[in-house]
Amino acid sequence: MSSDKKVKELQQRRKEVQQGGGEKAIQKQVAMGKMTARERIIKLLDEGSFNEYDMFVEHEARDFGMEQKILHGDGVITGTGTLGGRPVCIFAQDFTVAGGSLGSMHARKITKIMDHSLKMRMPLIGINDSGGARIQEGVNSLAGYGEIFFRNTLASGVIPQISVILGPCAGGAVYSPALTDFVFVVDSISKMFITGPEVIKTVLGEDISMEELGGARVHSETTGNAHFFSESEDECFEQIKSLLSYLPWSNTDVPEPKKVVEPLSSYNISEIVPGDKRQPYDVRNVIKAVTDGSDFFEIQESWAANMVIGFGTMNGRTVGFVANQPLVLAGVLDVDSSDKAARFIRYCDAFNIPIVTFVDLPGYLPGVDQEHAGVIRHGAKVLYAYSEATVPKITVIIRKAYGGGYIAMNSRHLRADFVFAWPDAEVAVMGPEGAANIIFRREIAAAENPEEMRAQKVQEYKEKFANPYVAAAKGFIDSVIEPGETRKSLLHALEVSGDKSVGMPAKKHGIPPF
Amino acid sequence: MSKKEKHSEEESPEDSTLENLEIGNALYVTRLTAKFKQRKNWERPNLRMVLAVIPGTIQKIMVKEGEKVEAGTPMLILEAMKMRNEVLAPVEGVVRRIHVQEGEQVPKSHLLVELD
Repeated sequence: MSSDKKVKELQQRRKEVQQGGGEKAIQKQVAMGKMTARERIIKLLDEGSFNEYDMFVEHEARDFGMEQKILHGDGVITGTGTLGGRPVCIFAQDFTVAGGSLGSMHARKITKIMDHSLKMRMPLIGINDSGGARIQEGVNSLAGYGEIFFRNTLASGVIPQISVILGPCAGGAVYSPALTDFVFVVDSISKMFITGPEVIKTVLGEDISMEELGGARVHSETTGNAHFFSESEDECFEQIKSLLSYLPWSNTDVPEPKKVVEPLSSYNISEIVPGDKRQPYDVRNVIKAVTDGSDFFEIQESWAANMVIGFGTMNGRTVGFVANQPLVLAGVLDVDSSDKAARFIRYCDAFNIPIVTFVDLPGYLPGVDQEHAGVIRHGAKVLYAYSEATVPKITVIIRKAYGGGYIAMNSRHLRADFVFAWPDAEVAVMGPEGAANIIFRREIAAAENPEEMRAQKVQEYKEKFANPYVAAAKGFIDSVIEPGETRKSLLHALEVSGDKSVGMPAKKHGIPPF
Repeated sequence: MSKKEKHSEEESPEDSTLENLEIGNALYVTRLTAKFKQRKNWERPNLRMVLAVIPGTIQKIMVKEGEKVEAGTPMLILEAMKMRNEVLAPVEGVVRRIHVQEGEQVPKSHLLVELD
């Protein structure tokens, strides 16, 4: 048995380390409106569940007088705990200790907990709050980042990896979050960029604030680097808990089933969608009209909003939803929305989450900027992701499915397992207006009243082709259903595809267009 | 355009965020994103207007107004990212106007030299 003296010494040592960078540094952290690293871990995890590792690790810097300094925990707190009763690995950089700078031992603590999470098959949550590389440790610090990035890649698609940006995350450090599955940011606290405002000003003469360059809003609305935005750290932690409630703990695990409840009666699916296909509606209401309890957890809400992605549950099981959003840019496919959908589809596929796709799009966004921004290679990502996915893939065509957009949005031809269409659906090579203009160009030009002739030809084309039955006659659509039958049809499709098993040709890996 | 007016009548008047977007000869009522609204319309580049390809500082000017230049004649040096970039005349011509001075900091796409 340990002597009282030794126990006291341990208690004393713990107490010292738990003080982080000391009272003054903590006051500074609080003044910035931030919690300390330790508070964050305690707030996020189940009460009393945190087990700290490597508390007594010491830094290895031996130059520039660093050898005299004591850096508690070397600026990062690591360990395991539970979240909703299930085990997780976590690290939180401690800005109060040398600005949370990353030295070799700091990195080694992180990589150790990463190895643990991969080995034990549990999610990894990384809280980033760091000034960047510890310059005094030179190339050792760079090596540390590299070791982290390598493990992020190794664990990708095996365990969920979550990055929480609660302070600065600059330079090379941003690449760990970028390699992980989901990035959380908090208004006026999170800052992410490769080169900061000072360098940009000196080199390029561009004057921009940190917030405008890489604040939470920028990454949620403009760059798409962040997936979840919140107003406070507390709200952010609630979002993380919600997200994890939909996820399996690894690619060989299944998500915890949730309680099965009917959708709320306020979402009347027959009344959401206007009959006129040019009129907008919020496709999220269609999703909520089919999910258990009308629950929908949206991802990247403010970026590329013409495409909606997120999780919901059906019959208690997690489903990934992908949907064109007619409310924004008429729901077109473009560079950003393709990128957004493709990555999410691959996420669902990696973690065996079935995908339900709602289709209502006029096609691709026209424009020089889109073409020159590479809409070809970005758009190809959607085709690639759907084709490659082997999870149950179910499609509901609500109104329009034209041209390349029809093919891309999980069509039968990309091996959708079930394709449903509403009676209003139009599956065609293009909309009636465009098609009539081309097919009947001569008749329209030769007519006494071209506008009248055009309208007449558009109407003719509409009657003949603007319906779901041409595609249904070829078996490209399995069933034409009433809007009110959508939930029932989806539940059935999910049920019968529960044991889906398809093979892909043996290969090392494909070459997706990224 | 009469077509546009006809469709805008059908808009739900209570949502002022809705605008028209034309795709495939049809006008859709929808919200336009800030990114879409801020996109720059493409213009054919005019080779006789020499612009800064990168923000930087004009270190040296080697031509004078009225001087004849061949395609490839170095006209000035634009220092950016610690590199001295020679700005060459893209086509044969006469320097009509030089819009910058030595030591001046210029943003990207700033007009440097006009050729006749």
